[in-house]
Amino acid sequence: MKEASPAKAYALHLGVIVLLFALSFVLPEYHHGLLARIMVLAVFAMGYNMLFGYVGLLSLGHAMFFSAGLYGAGLAVIHLGWSVPAAFAAGLACGALLALVIGVLALRTSGVAFMIVTMMFAQVFYLIILYFAAWTGGDQGLVVPQSARVLVLGDTSLGLTNPTVRYMSALVLFSIVLLVTLAVARSKYGRVLVAIRENEERTKMLGYDTFSNKLAAVVVSGTICAASGAAYALLFGYVGSTFASVQYSILPLLWVLLGGAATTLGPLIGTLFMYYVVDITSGYTSAYLLIVGIALILLVLFFPKGILGTIRQRWLGWLP
Amino acid sequence: MTDKNGFFDLSKTGLTRRTALKGLAAGAGLAVAPGFVRYSQAQSSAPIKIGFQSHRTGIGAAYGRWYERTTAAAVKAINEAGGINGRPVEVIIEDDGTDPGRGAEVVGKFATQHKTDIVYGTLFSHVVIGSAPAAGEAKMPYFVVSEGHHVASTKLNRYVFQPGITDVKSQIQAMAPWIAANAGKKVTQIFPDFAFGYDHRDYLPPALKAQGAEVIAQIAIPPTESSFTKYFPQIPAETEVIYHVMVGPAVLTFVKELGEFYGSSRPQLFGFIDSLEATDINSPGLEFLDGSHFWEGSPRYAQPDDSAAQKAYRAAVGIDDNGAAVGDPKDVSTAAHMFGCWETLYVVKKAMEDAGYKGPEDRAKLVEATEALTEFAEGPEHPQGPKTFNGKIHQCFGIQNISKVEGGRLNVVHKTKIEDGLYEPEGDYTTQPL
Repeated sequence: MKEASPAKAYALHLGVIVLLFALSFVLPEYHHGLLARIMVLAVFAMGYNMLFGYVGLLSLGHAMFFSAGLYGAGLAVIHLGWSVPAAFAAGLACGALLALVIGVLALRTSGVAFMIVTMMFAQVFYLIILYFAAWTGGDQGLVVPQSARVLVLGDTSLGLTNPTVRYMSALVLFSIVLLVTLAVARSKYGRVLVAIRENEERTKMLGYDTFSNKLAAVVVSGTICAASGAAYALLFGYVGSTFASVQYSILPLLWVLLGGAATTLGPLIGTLFMYYVVDITSGYTSAYLLIVGIALILLVLFFPKGILGTIRQRWLGWLP
Repeated sequence: MTDKNGFFDLSKTGLTRRTALKGLAAGAGLAVAPGFVRYSQAQSSAPIKIGFQSHRTGIGAAYGRWYERTTAAAVKAINEAGGINGRPVEVIIEDDGTDPGRGAEVVGKFATQHKTDIVYGTLFSHVVIGSAPAAGEAKMPYFVVSEGHHVASTKLNRYVFQPGITDVKSQIQAMAPWIAANAGKKVTQIFPDFAFGYDHRDYLPPALKAQGAEVIAQIAIPPTESSFTKYFPQIPAETEVIYHVMVGPAVLTFVKELGEFYGSSRPQLFGFIDSLEATDINSPGLEFLDGSHFWEGSPRYAQPDDSAAQKAYRAAVGIDDNGAAVGDPKDVSTAAHMFGCWETLYVVKKAMEDAGYKGPEDRAKLVEATEALTEFAEGPEHPQGPKTFNGKIHQCFGIQNISKVEGGRLNVVHKTKIEDGLYEPEGDYTTQPL
């Protein structure tokens, strides 16, 4: 991979953010709303990519981090009446704490065992949500009241149910996380993570504490996923156990694989692609998941490193 | 029912369908996405568009299929009788995958892309609860056919209604007098350890207590369980009635293992047919249910005293005397619930006519007109039976059927009264702003 000049990389990412901002004014209403949701879920994918793409740890349990944010923020509003910023912070804290605990335990394993352990922890988390149905709403979930989803900034009150406010909130979160992942990917720490992915033994021999580096990556990854979950609860008004099910652990993996693992913009492209393939094909057939499956197979065959990963490999080596 | 991609009004563009299709085919990528197609403003003769949030895939698919058939039959009948306010009804279907996240997106799609007049037809509770915020924010009237208590709990919002099927709290309450008087006074409940089961766990004990009976044990079975024998020793020996509401594919194993546990001498069994909707009551392993009783919203099997309206409804929907699809005895319907689709659409028709509904700008009027409804008389529009409607909690109340499994069919042995299922309202949606 060629070394990108920082200016070029940052210009590209700022360009993407400006493009998303501009799209807010031209997109038809439906696609405007859908893109807001996609940006929030792309943050989930970016969090996943942090661990899977850069450290090479394949987790099948990231739904628990997303749900930790979702429930952390949602339940703080519903049961404690917290404000939007406080609830969002609660979501982040829940995700970070959970990631720390899970990281300490799960990082004792690697490879297939890591997949299984993370999946089992996520299953435990899912069943805990069902068990405490009196507070979590169990499998039916809970509605975050519309009246509580208001962001108060000084004298201004912004209703998060307003499509423009929602889009811009999603964009702000997406932009921050995108720039943070870019900064991490380009930092010394990011290079250590990639070194661990490529050859952990050699990285250890070079004097790096790979366990604490991996643990930090799990916490950053979990916190970003929790940010996505917290934003989802506050922007879209629903918390439910479906988001903690194994399906939502596999989805970010697919989004990242599609877009390109260890690329900063890949998670957005993967999420966007999957959403629109499902949205368009489900308009024509109820067998849309079959089409999604075929699309995935074709992508794996012809774009084995994902869309952006393959583009980087073949044409644009400087892509971060 | 229309082709879901036929939602745009070709008649107003001067295009033939063929030309339009050619034009669409020429487009590339996103340009073919329905949202990018411009269409003209709805005119007075333009169809009333109903967005049907259907469980075509996912765990609710068996219900979704029959909800679609019932909806198609009701829309056909409504259109043949002149439509709503003289306008034809057009149904646009979107699959929600029985997923609350996708459900909310689908409601958004109906509101902002298809620009439907209402959204309708959702069954599974988690999808209803997940979609309700999107409906409230879009100020989109959302008529569900879910039987969950979530609408009547007044925890959703002013735009969500359930006028075509009773809620589970009402159903459970209405069962209690019959159970206490006919089946037994000491009841053990077996239910799945998630929300559907919790409704039964929470509402049955007080209802039975009011009838002089009691729940002596409650056995919650985790949703991941596939074998049940180890739970049966927890059933107290003095149990007179086992009240079971297991759902999902495990129900066949549950019944079979219960049969092996008890052999020929067993307590009375009472269940909710939800467990066996779309399942042949004569399936191998279900023999143990012979002589047991079930709640049914609307009877699956044709009954000797069926009204003319009930007969006409069954013929229109296409189910035979055994409650299976005409011509395919293996395709068993979800008869106990799907009548709610038929009745809900007629409630929508009545409310739109009362409101003088012309288009999306009249949605608030439609909400108020629906809230003003109080009674639905039994007849072709309400073949399941008469109902009352409480506009404050957006919920209807009606009769329930108790059926006995006899000779491989379900025979109705008791019909409850509307009053049996009434309870104190838990809130008032009409105080919320529109």
